[in-house]
Amino acid sequence: MMAGVHFSREVLTIDGDREVARIALSIREALAKRLRRRGLILGISGGIDSSVTAALCARAIGKDKVIGLQMPERHSADETMALSSVVADHLGIRKVHWDISSLLDAAGFYTKYDEAVRSVIPKYGAGWKSKLVLPGIGEDKPYTLFSIVAVSPDGREIKKRLDLNSYLAIVAATNFKQRIRKMLEYYHADKHNYAVAGTPNRLEYDQGFFVKLGDGAADIKPIAHLYKTQVYQLARHLGLPEAVLRRPPTTDTYSLPQGQDEFYFTVPYEIMDLCLYGKNHGIDAETVSGHTGLSPQQVRSIYRDIERKRSTTLYLHLPPILAGAVPEIVT
Amino acid sequence: MADIEAELRRFLADKFFFGDDRPLGAEESLVDAGIIDSMGVLELISHLEQHYHIKVNDDELVPENLDSIASIRAFLEKKVS
Repeated sequence: MMAGVHFSREVLTIDGDREVARIALSIREALAKRLRRRGLILGISGGIDSSVTAALCARAIGKDKVIGLQMPERHSADETMALSSVVADHLGIRKVHWDISSLLDAAGFYTKYDEAVRSVIPKYGAGWKSKLVLPGIGEDKPYTLFSIVAVSPDGREIKKRLDLNSYLAIVAATNFKQRIRKMLEYYHADKHNYAVAGTPNRLEYDQGFFVKLGDGAADIKPIAHLYKTQVYQLARHLGLPEAVLRRPPTTDTYSLPQGQDEFYFTVPYEIMDLCLYGKNHGIDAETVSGHTGLSPQQVRSIYRDIERKRSTTLYLHLPPILAGAVPEIVT
Repeated sequence: MADIEAELRRFLADKFFFGDDRPLGAEESLVDAGIIDSMGVLELISHLEQHYHIKVNDDELVPENLDSIASIRAFLEKKVS
């Protein structure tokens, strides 16, 4: 363990007043000095990240200069619209509703997705629901490969590992959702001369849990430096509705409810946060193990997975690579 | 089967290095060397199944079978025989 580095579950505790003030100043300075835009647009889902981001934006520049876009589709969870409306009304920000199902239909998403799942589960069809899952930390799989879980209308569950083509087809189709939503955010941003606020937390940003030019695109990302545990702290500090605080983290992407821990992170966020903090601060696996309920081997496995995901998803963070220098443009 | 190593090297060079020459030891871990990641494993499995007309079962998805040119060759020799 690095000398002098303390580690416990309390390492993620932040000063709410100070952090809110710091982020609010950062937002105002970004808008005024670099982005030169008059307000902020963001997609709101009723989830903790978009809710805290909306609250911070409203705190920074005033509720009249923040617009929340509600963009549900056929597979959205029932509570998405209700909770996002509760948040917008609580904050007093304007909300705009745009159901993207028809746009997804026009892009062929629902057809392409169903075809991709049927290539692995031929019986998949009308009335079936599905989601992608990863092996959990307890399954001790050496390679992190996705499986599709499908449930028939009468409740039968089938799970199949995805091969290359079916995995790529499902991901490519599903990415339409995030990219269409971002297209609408920038439509509204252009219309109002506003900037777009992204809503990833640190775990998502660090580990590449976003779609390139989908939810990964934004002009400012107010909570990308905050561990999810800290996002929840700010949510309480900012007085967000209890229903939002109680909602389990979800991808809200597939027709079957899907936790972020079964889709991408393999363990609950509170544990992932501690592991990520431990990794970032050179804390040895035995110490982290004592505070997370994981074995030292599991912590080491998560440390390796953190590195692998950083490497694999670096592509998502890269700006365009120029074949020749254009030194006049400095970003 | 004598050409398996050569074929694997051609596949890796073409798929992951765009034809550029890169020295790679037969026992060298493809994951540790940063050559393949989880997507790369899927691409490798797809190639092995199509090129060698085999099916890689879920319980065969282990580094002992897939993590180096030598281990892949040994795995293929077992599967094909």
